[in-house]
Amino acid sequence: MNLLSWGMYPKINSKVFDFYNEEELRLIIEKYNKLIPYGNGRSYGDSALSENIIYMKKHNYFLNFDENRGILHVEAGVLLSEILEYFVSRGWFLEVTPGTKLITIGGAIASDVHGKNHHKVGCFSEFVEEFRIMLPDGEIINCTKESYPDLWKATCGGMGLTGVILDAKIKLKRINSKNINQITIKTKNLRETFEAFEKYKDYPYSVAWIDCLAKKENIGRCLLMVGDFADDGDLLYKEPKKLNIPFTFPSFSLNSLSVRAFNYLYYNRIKDEITQQKVDIDTFFYPLDAIYNWNRIYGKNGFTQYQFILPKEKSYDGLEEILMEISKSGEGSFLAVLKLYGKENENWLSFPLEGYSLALDFKISNKVFELLNKLDKIVLKYGGRIYLTKDVRVSKEVFEKGYPNIDKFRRFRKENGMDIKFNSLQSRRVQI
Amino acid sequence: MRDEYVLILGANSDIAIEIAREYAKNGYNLYLASRNINNLKKITKDIEIRNKVKVEIFKFDVLDFEQHENFYNSLPKKPIGVISAIGYLGEQKKAEKDFKECKKIIDTNYTGIVSILNIIANDFEKRKKGFIIGISSVAGDRGRKSNYIYGSAKSGFTTYLSGLRNRLFNSNVHVLTVKPGFVATKMTKDLELPKNLTALPEEVAKDIFRAQQKGKDILYTKWIWKWIMCVIIHIPEKIFKRLSI
Repeated sequence: MNLLSWGMYPKINSKVFDFYNEEELRLIIEKYNKLIPYGNGRSYGDSALSENIIYMKKHNYFLNFDENRGILHVEAGVLLSEILEYFVSRGWFLEVTPGTKLITIGGAIASDVHGKNHHKVGCFSEFVEEFRIMLPDGEIINCTKESYPDLWKATCGGMGLTGVILDAKIKLKRINSKNINQITIKTKNLRETFEAFEKYKDYPYSVAWIDCLAKKENIGRCLLMVGDFADDGDLLYKEPKKLNIPFTFPSFSLNSLSVRAFNYLYYNRIKDEITQQKVDIDTFFYPLDAIYNWNRIYGKNGFTQYQFILPKEKSYDGLEEILMEISKSGEGSFLAVLKLYGKENENWLSFPLEGYSLALDFKISNKVFELLNKLDKIVLKYGGRIYLTKDVRVSKEVFEKGYPNIDKFRRFRKENGMDIKFNSLQSRRVQI
Repeated sequence: MRDEYVLILGANSDIAIEIAREYAKNGYNLYLASRNINNLKKITKDIEIRNKVKVEIFKFDVLDFEQHENFYNSLPKKPIGVISAIGYLGEQKKAEKDFKECKKIIDTNYTGIVSILNIIANDFEKRKKGFIIGISSVAGDRGRKSNYIYGSAKSGFTTYLSGLRNRLFNSNVHVLTVKPGFVATKMTKDLELPKNLTALPEEVAKDIFRAQQKGKDILYTKWIWKWIMCVIIHIPEKIFKRLSI
């Protein structure tokens, strides 16, 4: 069967395994190697691709909800969107959500995802009370941070390489509205962008869209969006209708001209320096989910996202250098997203650290790979790291320099037989 | 919130589970009936957490004809609709030699469902309201050597539903015949199914809910199966008998 990742690159044939109960899963794990769990296929690159794929999406049962403590117990294949569908109208939201709600709980833990509020509350795993995981020998562990600290630190952010997460208890957040009071700040250059992030850092949610084709003195100009939940009691939440892209666009339709036009129009659609709006959850958190198959606009050769993070004190210089390099190359990114992060957690492969990250989308081409190799060098020079969930091409050497705990992770995998049973194209490439 | 119950027979099947979720999402309370009620506890909990509706579980064996009347009378409140998701594919080859298997296929897919739906149809007719949804199969549209025991039972069921619809039309009772093509379920998990022709259980459930609310008579799901079967039933028997499809 041909399961794809979100970037639609690479395309490989895999054996896909379904299971109906834990015993069946145990037999699959016993019999096969090179297994990797696959949730909703929203990681961009090759994190969830391997010869043998364990398909998790059918395991989407809600198991329990403790209304007093706001603890929701769900199977690993439940989508964040399903939780919102049933819980927003009852006054609950996710403590941490990434920019798409179309990911599974298992995937959220395995990528230790973060959201617009990372600078305030940290990663997804901070709000996981416990999860159950099946290890290579078929044993099922009830894992909490305290009971199995190593397994916890390896699994949260561990890209599915420690076993199969079966279910998890996650903490939900109380809300009194489905609306967010949003402020949009328009800046003229990178200096202003950084100042704006600092000035508005007390807002729980923030993210900036950068015009990465701006030149010279305009480099780093952005629209910074910050916000917080309103308190108006309006909880009438309905899934918005999604637009569908019914076919894959021809590869040439997204070219430097159309990207330039988009970036220009996007930046200039906001006239004032500061604007205020009330928007709903989907507009604020999940703007791209409104178009169901937006990955198809990149054409059949696929695309990748390059997301790196730099430590705070070096962020300005590093970003300036990287933006200049991109601008010089003319390889525009349709969307470039800049975000401020808070303190790093203890998980061995979690991406966030205190600083700024930039995410850039590129259509797959040899030229883009050359550019990204150049950017790797700059990222390393400034002490940064690359996000595996988005990655499809980073080398072992570049990857491991960014993650000081990588050897602990490798050793832990080896000691527990995980390195043979569970791996992906990505884990083999970066040798973890 | 409605105070109406929908009865789902054969509630353990993958399609039935998604139908249950779909009706619950739209505010209906549920009676879930199945031979094996242990497995129903998980879906009951799932639905109760997602939606604030009432879900009750009942033991029901479609082959235990004698008990059907008691079963229906034991429901605390009469349902406004019933959905039969009962089905048993069986093994064609085995059924050709072993009449026990053959009879099990026929009784599960036809006789047993007729027995319980007769009882429910009489009640709905008297109350002059309700809907009856029968999940039949495209396999009932034409007999093929690979599964004609199952197909003929489904064919009988399709004809039964058609007659029932005709009878109950004047009593304001709506009968919907559902003919799924390939569906990716436990029942078909070992078969290699063509992806473009295969529906997911949740898609089938959405189609069924929509068709019932609109008062449709016959539903093919995926819709393409209507045209596929149109071609298949028009192949002359002279040619058809030589084919392996």
